[in-house]
Amino acid sequence: MARYGMVIDTRKCVGCMDCVVACETENNVPVGFSRDWITTEVRGTFPDLTMEIRSERCNHCENPPCVTCCPTGASHVSELGIVKVTAERCIGCKACISACPYGARYVHPKGYVDKCTFCDHRIKDGKDPACVSVCPTHCMYFGDLDDPKSTVSSLLRTRKWHTLLPEAGTRPRVFYLT
Amino acid sequence: MTQAVSRRRFLQISSATALAGAAAELDPVPRAAMAAGRPATPGEVKTIPTFCEMCFWRCGGIAYVRDGKLWKFEGNPIDPQSRGRLCPRGTGAVGSVNDPDRLRTPLIRIGERGKEQWKSVTWGEALDVVAQKMQKIKAEYGPESIAAFNHGIGARFILHVLKSYGAINMGAPSFAQCRGPRDIGFLLTFGTGLGSPEPTDIENTDCLVLVGSHLGENMHNSQVQEFARAIERRIPIIVVDPRYSTAASKAKYWLPIKPGTDLALILAWMNVVVTEGRYDKAFVERYGTGFEKFSAEIARYTPEWAAAETGIEAQMIRVTAREFSARRPATIIHPGRRVNWYGDDTQRSRAIALLNALMGNWGRKGGLFVQSGIKVPGYPLPKYPQSDRPMADNPNGERYPFADEPVTTGIREATISSKPYPIKGWFVYSTNIMNALPNEAETLKAIQALDLLVVIDTVPSEIAGYADVVLPETVFLERYDELLTGWGRRGWMALRQPVVAPPAEQKPAWWIAKELAGKLGIPECMPFKDIKEYLAHRVEKGGFSFAALEKEGVILAAKQPITVEEGLELAFDTPSGKVEFWSEQLAKKGFDPVPKYTRHPAPPEGYMRLVTGRSPVHTFSRTQSNPLLTSLMQENELWVNSATAASLGVKGGQYVRLKNQDGIESSRIRVKATQRIRPDTVYMVYGFGQRNAMAKFGGQRGASAAQLNTRYATDPLMGGTSIHANFVTLVKEA
Repeated sequence: MARYGMVIDTRKCVGCMDCVVACETENNVPVGFSRDWITTEVRGTFPDLTMEIRSERCNHCENPPCVTCCPTGASHVSELGIVKVTAERCIGCKACISACPYGARYVHPKGYVDKCTFCDHRIKDGKDPACVSVCPTHCMYFGDLDDPKSTVSSLLRTRKWHTLLPEAGTRPRVFYLT
Repeated sequence: MTQAVSRRRFLQISSATALAGAAAELDPVPRAAMAAGRPATPGEVKTIPTFCEMCFWRCGGIAYVRDGKLWKFEGNPIDPQSRGRLCPRGTGAVGSVNDPDRLRTPLIRIGERGKEQWKSVTWGEALDVVAQKMQKIKAEYGPESIAAFNHGIGARFILHVLKSYGAINMGAPSFAQCRGPRDIGFLLTFGTGLGSPEPTDIENTDCLVLVGSHLGENMHNSQVQEFARAIERRIPIIVVDPRYSTAASKAKYWLPIKPGTDLALILAWMNVVVTEGRYDKAFVERYGTGFEKFSAEIARYTPEWAAAETGIEAQMIRVTAREFSARRPATIIHPGRRVNWYGDDTQRSRAIALLNALMGNWGRKGGLFVQSGIKVPGYPLPKYPQSDRPMADNPNGERYPFADEPVTTGIREATISSKPYPIKGWFVYSTNIMNALPNEAETLKAIQALDLLVVIDTVPSEIAGYADVVLPETVFLERYDELLTGWGRRGWMALRQPVVAPPAEQKPAWWIAKELAGKLGIPECMPFKDIKEYLAHRVEKGGFSFAALEKEGVILAAKQPITVEEGLELAFDTPSGKVEFWSEQLAKKGFDPVPKYTRHPAPPEGYMRLVTGRSPVHTFSRTQSNPLLTSLMQENELWVNSATAASLGVKGGQYVRLKNQDGIESSRIRVKATQRIRPDTVYMVYGFGQRNAMAKFGGQRGASAAQLNTRYATDPLMGGTSIHANFVTLVKEA
């Protein structure tokens, strides 16, 4: 059983937001909402500066607070290990939105909570998620974290990386190379 | 819909509606499916290759049409510009189809010019008016009195019909308001301009120097792809920019230069490279001319001198010069693209060309390669009528001796002055000249002199608001255009073909041109049934298969050597046949044969210099009403150094207006207080702040940089007009 994860090289990312647009067209995300977004973190004072640019989304945590708090079981971990929402079971109570430390979820205009699915409809066909496949800088990688031969595994072995809010104890599966 | 519906019931209703919607779409059969000759089955996905027009990079893409509707647009893997991946604008091209501001029917002005009062008319009525006015202008003033402004490949047939009518004055802002100074600077030095895409071998370079070029924000697809690879390869990158751009954040060295002093830095770099003997002596000896006079000329530009001008320490100037020259010839001082900054830009670009020449990187792997193309014959068309009048923008080349394309602002000037002869009609195709040209007051003055102003576009640009006739064009995903034949690492051709049907009365430019030719009584200039016949003829005559092109979207030419490493013989098409370190041509016309530094005015007390750039999600002022792209960036922001903002009592997120040195006040713009910019400089992405009422969705947001560009300098060599010579103060909102 694969344990899917995403590795994003912040050195290469230019923050162009192609990942955001591609997700919106691929998944028919309603205009004005998004499942992924760009964060830039600037440190220092002019002219001694550093900047990290990150494409962010649901971290598909190993320990997902959004799943444990869901009263109806709509938020769940799929058989592919992906954190998902069953729209038909969602009552729109927003408990998961409060529980998620990453702001990865939004209420779809149709009333249910929506979020990144790692494009599981694509990975079932052996394709990368839309955001990964369009990125003009090739800064994103997707694959099986349990497979030592996968690109994601080898990048995590050979490069420095961090996850977002490790102190939240969520154990994200999205990793940022620095 | 005011009754309360339970959530579960709501979901049932919406899923039923969705099903009904899906069924309804099959009857009538979606128009795109009809165009393809067979009805669609639900959920069926068709893929159609075409090439993008969201910007001028013209990437090959593949459109996915699901149930007759455009679903998504992805890169075509065999296309050299996209290499299978589009930029956010290309991906977001889907939003151009359902852009709420799209022009839908031909419009004729019924009120005062500029008041935006219109009558919606048929194509026949609109083109009758255009043709009648054109014939009247021809009779009274001659056909040269119709001029055109254009951008993009779609202009091809409109310009062709105008030329067949006898018009000769046609200019694109992409010359004098963008890359013209660079192309002329390189032409004077190496005997060839660079064109598009720039032949920078970033893929193989060992050092990249960017002078004001903000790759990554400037989203030129294949170039950004190679830039990302360069970052991955950990090569040294040197970025010169008053702003900590995205590229600067990737650089080994960021030189936050005082704006307006770039030429001082480049001259000092050349001084270091020459005095320390770090240039390619073999290249200079074999291919150069005038090197002795050149080196004598630059001897005075020491790093210490440049430090005082640029604000960059002399030692840093030396360190960076040694860094990039150590990697030659696989080093690139990037020529840039939108380089019309201060009015002496051709000489600055020539200095950049000379610095590249010192690196001996011309035609070298990892340097500047020599582009290779593809041969496709033209369609046999009648000759254009000859005119004995000079071009109005630059009569006999006397005004701008080195301009090799028409100068838009020269056409505007001729329209105002009626010299050398009156200009009475303008066609504006797919360019918002209110935004592209400097000093809008002059554009408005010129418009007053016109008997006819025709705007052809997909969206209501600001200039459309002043038109007599507005003709709505289909967006690129709905039309055929001229065949794209590209120059690059390898020549290629690409086909633009429709993937969906237009939503209303919009028509492609080739159709508009053909109809207009008929109304003008010159149908013989468009001697083909439709554009498909024209395209197929050209492709097949070139020995390629049109059917294959329709299927694949792109055909690559045979590989030719583009570097010395691949067997290329270098040749330089200058008068001397050499790389001209000292330019006889310039000297003869009274210009500096080697670039000289002139100090530009600094902002007066209390003012800051306004500089502008691009966003990765917008192109000029053409995409602000695209719902997909605008949801990512709704308005532009004013970058102000945090310390400057604090001293002015302005906070990030607050709205202000800008007032320039001539008292022109902008629309409101939100402050971005940031460490990422010099305290004496403010920055905004240009293209926002459209004020016309027709831009209901895309306009009225952010501030217009063009509106503030009232003081501009004109490049005496080629007519380029500056964009970074204005100073502003912040006016707080009451």
